[in-house]
Amino acid sequence: MELAHTTNTAAQSYSPELRELLFQYTLQLADTSLILGHRLSEWCGHGPILEQDLAMANIALDLLGETRSLYQYAAELEGQGRTEDDLAFLREAVEYRNPLLVEQPNGDFADTILRQFLFDGFHYLLLKQLQNCPDKRLAAIATKSFKEASYHLKWSSEWVIRLGDGTEESKHRIEKALDHLWRYSGELFQMTPVEQELHKAGFIPDYAQLKQQWDEHVAKVFAEATLEVPKNVFMQLGGKTGLHTEHLGYLLAELQYLQRAYPGLEW
Amino acid sequence: MNMQKEWPLWEVFIRSKQGLDHKHVGSLHAADAEMAIQNARDVYTRRMEGVSIWVVESKHIHASNPDEAEAFFDPANDKVYRHPTFYEVPAEIKNM
Repeated sequence: MELAHTTNTAAQSYSPELRELLFQYTLQLADTSLILGHRLSEWCGHGPILEQDLAMANIALDLLGETRSLYQYAAELEGQGRTEDDLAFLREAVEYRNPLLVEQPNGDFADTILRQFLFDGFHYLLLKQLQNCPDKRLAAIATKSFKEASYHLKWSSEWVIRLGDGTEESKHRIEKALDHLWRYSGELFQMTPVEQELHKAGFIPDYAQLKQQWDEHVAKVFAEATLEVPKNVFMQLGGKTGLHTEHLGYLLAELQYLQRAYPGLEW
Repeated sequence: MNMQKEWPLWEVFIRSKQGLDHKHVGSLHAADAEMAIQNARDVYTRRMEGVSIWVVESKHIHASNPDEAEAFFDPANDKVYRHPTFYEVPAEIKNM
């Protein structure tokens, strides 16, 4: 693939191939934040205590803000007249590119915390690097979201420690969460062909390096939480290439209901 | 919920951008000091209210007794001479 003009910063000057790659990648990031943000928003009014209800709603809103910037940019890159709302609300499940982890149901508070923790570490490390992306728009979005992600990671790390090293009940719950969520952590770092091309072109970091740093952080937090890092777990893949678990369909049915039932509705 | 019973209450103090002092803004429940600060961030600084947070467990605050309010505070009522308003400020002093 010809990526000769990769040092240009204006999207207009990209080759059609590069533009398509950046569109796919931006869409994948947007889908990821949208789906996780939506999951967290499901807690609104149901949090275990008021303070955590608010904390989760805050994080959901941070992710939604990032989502909007990304969809807006994706729509521009695509240049087919679709809007951010079209991209968010009018695609089929197989067209979503989010990793499987973020579409997993909220479960109990420990499930939600662990899902968040596994994602936050990746999100934080990725955004940190993307701030230096030669694409100025992605770099700007990353810079804004990096501060938010730093807090998310702190929040979920502190909770993993407290649940793991808390009561017998909390430990049991977080271990149960680990049993069924860990298998979705590998996909975050498994590079798709789009990600490989963009890495070769110097736009995104090598995920293997992110994984190394992620492993270190997880090991540190788990040690404090008196949790074992699972070993030799078969990793589920597919979300980033459109092969989702059944949960995404139900999530989208709710998320997209209004636009499907009343096309073009605005308020 | 018995969680509410187990988690202690914390008083939250926030310093705003312009302010020099931390002001009491409310209270919340949290398992420990670190969580109390995080909760305070999420509950009380969502609208850019602050740049610094203090938390203290409510049980460490000792308050004056409302029943003794008269004996405590009323005697100050008729002692206006304690305000520095009986001095004439010399003309040379600009910033008072």
